[in-house]
Amino acid sequence: MANTYVSTTNACKMCTPMGAALVFKGIENAVPFLHGSQGCATYMRRYIISHYREPVDIASSALGEKSAVYGGGPNLKKGILNVMRKYDVDLVGVATTCLTETIGDDVGRYLYEFREEFADLPLPELVHVSTPSYSGTHMEGWHAAVRSLADQVVKEKGASHGGVNLLPGFLSPADYRFLRGLGERSGVRFTMLPDLSRTMDGVIWDDYHSLPDGGTPVADIRAMGGAAGTIEFGMSGGLAESASGVLERKFGVPARKTMIPIGLRATDAFMDTLSEFAGCDMPEKDAFDRGRLLDAMVDGHKYIFGKRAVVYGEEDFVIAMCSFLGEIGVQPVLAATGTQGERFREAVTEALGDVCVNMPVIRSGADFKDIEEEAAELAPDLLVGHSKGYKLARASNIPLIRVGFPIHDRFGGQRILHVGYEGALSLYDMLVNAVLEKSQDECPVGYGYL
Amino acid sequence: MNKTILEERKSQMHRIGEEPFAMACNRPSLAGAVSQRACVFCGSRVVLYPIADALHLVHGPIGCATYTWDIRGAISSGPQLHRLSFSTDLQEMDVIFGGEKKLEASLRELIGLHNPKAAFVYSTCIVGLIGDDLEAVCRRVSEDTGITVLPVMSEGFKGNKREGYAAACKAMFRLVGTGDTTGISPMSVNILGDFNLAGETWIVREYFKKMGVETVANITGDGRVDDIRRCHGAALNLVQCSGATMELAKMMEEKYGIPYQRVSYLGVEDMADSLYKVADFFSDRDPEIKAKTVELVRGELSVLMPKLAELRRDLEGKKVAMYVGGSFKAFSLVKAFRHLGMSVVVVGSQTGTEEDYKELAAISDPGTIIVDDANPLELAQFIKEKDVDVFVGGVKERPIAYKLGVGFCDHNHERKIALEGFIGMYNFAREIHASVMSPIWRFMPRRNARPATSARVTCIPKEAVNG
Repeated sequence: MANTYVSTTNACKMCTPMGAALVFKGIENAVPFLHGSQGCATYMRRYIISHYREPVDIASSALGEKSAVYGGGPNLKKGILNVMRKYDVDLVGVATTCLTETIGDDVGRYLYEFREEFADLPLPELVHVSTPSYSGTHMEGWHAAVRSLADQVVKEKGASHGGVNLLPGFLSPADYRFLRGLGERSGVRFTMLPDLSRTMDGVIWDDYHSLPDGGTPVADIRAMGGAAGTIEFGMSGGLAESASGVLERKFGVPARKTMIPIGLRATDAFMDTLSEFAGCDMPEKDAFDRGRLLDAMVDGHKYIFGKRAVVYGEEDFVIAMCSFLGEIGVQPVLAATGTQGERFREAVTEALGDVCVNMPVIRSGADFKDIEEEAAELAPDLLVGHSKGYKLARASNIPLIRVGFPIHDRFGGQRILHVGYEGALSLYDMLVNAVLEKSQDECPVGYGYL
Repeated sequence: MNKTILEERKSQMHRIGEEPFAMACNRPSLAGAVSQRACVFCGSRVVLYPIADALHLVHGPIGCATYTWDIRGAISSGPQLHRLSFSTDLQEMDVIFGGEKKLEASLRELIGLHNPKAAFVYSTCIVGLIGDDLEAVCRRVSEDTGITVLPVMSEGFKGNKREGYAAACKAMFRLVGTGDTTGISPMSVNILGDFNLAGETWIVREYFKKMGVETVANITGDGRVDDIRRCHGAALNLVQCSGATMELAKMMEEKYGIPYQRVSYLGVEDMADSLYKVADFFSDRDPEIKAKTVELVRGELSVLMPKLAELRRDLEGKKVAMYVGGSFKAFSLVKAFRHLGMSVVVVGSQTGTEEDYKELAAISDPGTIIVDDANPLELAQFIKEKDVDVFVGGVKERPIAYKLGVGFCDHNHERKIALEGFIGMYNFAREIHASVMSPIWRFMPRRNARPATSARVTCIPKEAVNG
């Protein structure tokens, strides 16, 4: 069924500045700053907080009618000064909104003027990214912000340190935590950009911190030019040149794009690339987890073989999730994302070509009206995606496996591990148990043994 | 004072008893201050969203619709159309060439699909800039489809939530007066400014019913377009909330001569006072109404008060900070907390007026901090300074309290427990009790240096929470 209607009903996406704000939340001592009217920052904060349950300070230039007419430069500068007064900030990440993009504010020039004007102050790193909210989704905003960081903060190649730059895309704090651990286990100096592991899933405080602990240190970003290679998960939101490309062009850092490592094959591919760049062996823990994953796949295969899954969410996340489902014998019947573009179709087809005879219906630019209509025809056994599929799950009595973002109707979305063999194993348990629970509930005697 | 409070913000704070009352408010938010405020669009959306049989179409880029998709707990007893999130999802080309065509096509398509009783089209920042003629598009579509389509001029940058309330009222006022008023009782009211969160409007309607008062329209909780069309047939408008629907009441008074009264359904006194106000208003039409109301209140209180007393034993002497959207609610909450033996030591709002803050200052204890348009760092500092036991606010305020190891009560448009009416006061007390009395606070690093707290688990009898 083609998308023939004009409006969007229950979107399966968020706006570009949201993605950029989240990236800046993953930099140490950074404040995301939305150049626009006050509501954007507040709405996004509210939305993000209900998933992560952490303080999310996003500053705004709080533009009013006058600024919309005469330009937002003065408010932007005043706003950055106020952020500097209140936060011990190493970096301010300025993202535009539909308002400031349309009035044509030249943020690059404003920041240049700001640096000249306040040259006597110890200035934080000021990074800007263009994120018109009428162009793309939060993932385009995400990748554009990572690219801006690589382009504007990494100023020289610097000393070669043999480390690996890892651009993991939009994952859960548990995923970033896992990847940090992998860097430590394998003895590879990882610079992960961004790193939301602590900033968006932190500890209780004894005193209020103006900024959370954690995040990628600005100094580490500056040193990315000296890395042995850059691994970037996903397709970088269709950018002609993404952050890894920038680092390759400017400093000769070899760039490699791989699928988000969800499942066996994608994690294998990631481990191979890592060892290629860093010359490391697979850590013992991961090798062991790989074996446990295979063992579990054997134990559980009968329960889920041939089950039909609808998968939706961010482009790269859906691709990787389809790849995993396919390899454990679950047939994705619909792969849907809010992002526009043909690249999604190609990537899903490629991810499944090896393990599935039939390809799912593949929909880019989809909203939940599309997903519900498709699902009605496809008779799925499982829904795999974020909270926004709950309405469909409830109406059609299909189990919803909550993964990704946002998870607004359950607790602990930030602690779901998706990546690595360990992540695949926990996802596997969730999937099998969802199938078992449903058949148990529907069984007249409610059996107690498998 | 340390660096958490910016010089420009100092005039928007006041400590009672330490200086003569003076507070700046109603100002645009300060750039870079991380205000908790939203925008004009948000104000309109809050007010109109609960009208359940209307189509709510957000004309703008996707974010505005996504972040407000079914976000509030406004329950409908029938249609659920308000819970879907419709957007024109403006793209770059629409911004360049104008979004009117897309808006018109979207409206026709959605009206065809959902056959709503009316449609509201919300303007966003970008629409204000590119200058789409919403009025003209809405008129055209109205004429062709026979469905009333109303523009809501809620461009985000035009101010704060208050301007959004006004825009929503203007849009609704065009519905008022278009329906048949035959059969409406001379003893009738409209409930304005209540959003039926967790079914709260139903609690209030039930009280009025027991008093013999008909409710013509709930505006907007569990709202229906046809009720709003005929609500000018009611004898009295009851306005709750800090002015979300005040403008509508004023317009109705001017055009239809319907008087209004300000009421609140939160807390024991305010709930009772509001019912008595209505009884007074109708006492010449029904001499029995006062007695009926007294009996109603007495009946409710005889059940409620012993239960409150039980909870009060644990809560006595605890301290509260609150930060709410509109300040009117704060008055009720200050009084409600007194019933629990608790004192409010910090109180603030996003959009209070000078009169609101004056009144708030008048009922608050010496030393209480009053703050307008605060931000996370200020709120955190006040919580620490006053060493509060529980913080009342919305989702954005929650992590501020929790990071400091302080209890929190969600009391905004997103609450899922009914807190209005007498049963609501009990729910509220239980919610506060559960927030304050959990043993977990003993383990919080910031607070474990305090003398042993009385926090302990108390099992509360199982009862219907939602009335």
